[in-house]
Amino acid sequence: MAAERCAVVGVGQTRHRSARKDVSMAGLVREAAVEALEDAGMTWSDIDALVVGKAPDMFEGIAMPELYLADALGAVGKPMIRVHTAGSVGGSTAIVAAKLVEAGVHERVLTVAFEKQSESNATWGLSVPMPFAPPLVAGAGGYFAPLIRAYISRSGAPRHIGHLVAVKDRRAALRNPKAHLHLPDIDLKMVEESFLLWDPLRYLDTCPSSDGAMAMVLGSERVADASAGPVAWVHGMALRSEPTMFAGRDQINPQAGRDCAQDLYRQAGITDPRRDFDCAEVYVPFSWYEPMWLENLGFCELGEGWKLTEAGATGPDGDIPWNMSGGVLSSNPIGASGMVRFGEAAQQVRRRAGDYQVELKTGKALGHAYGGGSQFFSMWVVGSDKPQ
Amino acid sequence: MAEPLVADHVLEYPGGYTRSVGPVIGRFLTSLRDGRIEGVRLADGRVLVPPTEYDPLTSNPVGDDWVAVGPRGVVQSWTWVERPRPGKHGLDRPFAFALIRPDGADTAMVHVVDAGSADVMSVGMRVMPRWRAARVGSITDIEAWVPLADGEEPQPAPANTAEVEGDTVNGIVVPIRLEYRRSAGVATTRYLLGLKEHKILGERAPSSQEVYAASRGTDPKTGEPTSIVVEVQDRGTITTFCVVNIPGLSPLAPEVPYVSAQILLDGANNTFFGLIRGVPVDDVRMGMRVQAVWADELVADHTSIKWWEPLDEPDASYDSYKGYL
Repeated sequence: MAAERCAVVGVGQTRHRSARKDVSMAGLVREAAVEALEDAGMTWSDIDALVVGKAPDMFEGIAMPELYLADALGAVGKPMIRVHTAGSVGGSTAIVAAKLVEAGVHERVLTVAFEKQSESNATWGLSVPMPFAPPLVAGAGGYFAPLIRAYISRSGAPRHIGHLVAVKDRRAALRNPKAHLHLPDIDLKMVEESFLLWDPLRYLDTCPSSDGAMAMVLGSERVADASAGPVAWVHGMALRSEPTMFAGRDQINPQAGRDCAQDLYRQAGITDPRRDFDCAEVYVPFSWYEPMWLENLGFCELGEGWKLTEAGATGPDGDIPWNMSGGVLSSNPIGASGMVRFGEAAQQVRRRAGDYQVELKTGKALGHAYGGGSQFFSMWVVGSDKPQ
Repeated sequence: MAEPLVADHVLEYPGGYTRSVGPVIGRFLTSLRDGRIEGVRLADGRVLVPPTEYDPLTSNPVGDDWVAVGPRGVVQSWTWVERPRPGKHGLDRPFAFALIRPDGADTAMVHVVDAGSADVMSVGMRVMPRWRAARVGSITDIEAWVPLADGEEPQPAPANTAEVEGDTVNGIVVPIRLEYRRSAGVATTRYLLGLKEHKILGERAPSSQEVYAASRGTDPKTGEPTSIVVEVQDRGTITTFCVVNIPGLSPLAPEVPYVSAQILLDGANNTFFGLIRGVPVDDVRMGMRVQAVWADELVADHTSIKWWEPLDEPDASYDSYKGYL
């Protein structure tokens, strides 16, 4: 059990774009960090420790970002930790930071995650040929598209379900000035006519490649109680992982994801996630992962996820909006994407989500990230009210 | 037991990583391109060369108080490189790596001193830059620092002979090349040597009946070594797949469209990826039975299986492979 309470007291993020040629990596993370500090009403000297995350080193060829970023993030003379769990890293970075507060080690922790994907090429970074390893000839989508086909086959979902998500999340992004993709004319026809990359995945079913950073200031109960602005209390956190491959592995609905959610819900007192959350920010890099994760996260019975999507339950006017910020489908600085989910969930329960604010009833939101071959999961629940 | 196979591995992003450098480093690099060295003065009066974007002590932005420094400098510390490595070092003759503080700066930069002999080197020695004629906005626009005799005047940078793009330097390219020697390990070596003998070797742990082809050496559920070798069939079932329409994803990829499938081999309890050929992509199905197509010349490498082609058999039932999705 957590000994101390922890809350998000500041959030900042960059405007995500395909390339930020005007700033260095340090300049990019700095933008998000400064915004989070200002939001928290703090300066560099208030921060006790830093936790940074980014995805595979091959993406930018920076092997030790924690060293390079120390001066940019005010870390000189302070503890600084780097976290790395593939695509889920943004979430697990936030969790490591929050645990430092819950453990009573620090009272104010700045956590930052980023990716500057324009400095190389993510597809290359994910499939570097290695001696003795089976050749990877199909790219990242080539890994996930077969799992999506298997989901469609197993659930009997109609083929247009993914496209519905592709449209919904891009329409949501139009209300989020920080989202990378703003496609005002997006509709089903545009998605259906986009290039078929990895059948069954079309171009607009996939996420963009973005430069961007996300930052949060996490505070102790004392810090949160003294905060001038609204805070998001951490009600639960969970991490799980599993091997990419083992006999009997359910690749579509991984056990690690189910276990992670179960652990999380137990901590946060969630018994019916569809009812108990006001909204969710879930890592959906390919459109079909919305219905797949709806099932994995227990928002519905197995095989029913696509029906929620089809009925509009996850839309802005639905009973359980998913990815009101536009989600990973609209902005994907990979290392930051998980923290963007965590931070956007916090903004919702702080009523700081601007034009994409949901109506708060329970005052609780889910932040979720996954990575690798659907094998690393990180999740948290944040709420408007202090946990009991 | 066969000795594990080993192979060289080079990790290198084609063309080199780019670095957008931001306004501060950009100004420093632009001044180098112009044949000058500039530092930035901090609020406390110290002059940083090369500048950092943020004050290393306060983390505040360094501001815009730029100061010309050098070109004379002083060696603060040094080490001698007797045998330069081709392609690794900028000079092809013995040189010193040194910390050099340009006059007017409060910090030193790492650079090279082309002194001819270690006997010439000393802490406190005076040096000056030897500029390249073709300067692109890089720290190596200073080819090297050289000893400066008493009373000697530093040579100004020659007119730039490089083609200059833009008023300021916004980015650089940083080639990074990492060379590894990798071992395949015992399990993968067994598997690869099997391919050379036209066999697909699976392995299982003594406590389990679950066979992995190709095993990584341990049962992923228990961590127990997969010490028992079990030959599996070179035929199996497509559990799921996608049709790839993107050209150029890999040098090994065939012409698009092609099918990348997960295949459950007869006798194995895991799937692995394979290319499906010999059938129109639209005819590929989950449950389709396929057979390995072996290379004419077998080697201890994955390329010994070229791809997989359909067998003239009825499709496997969904129930037979649903536990492998």
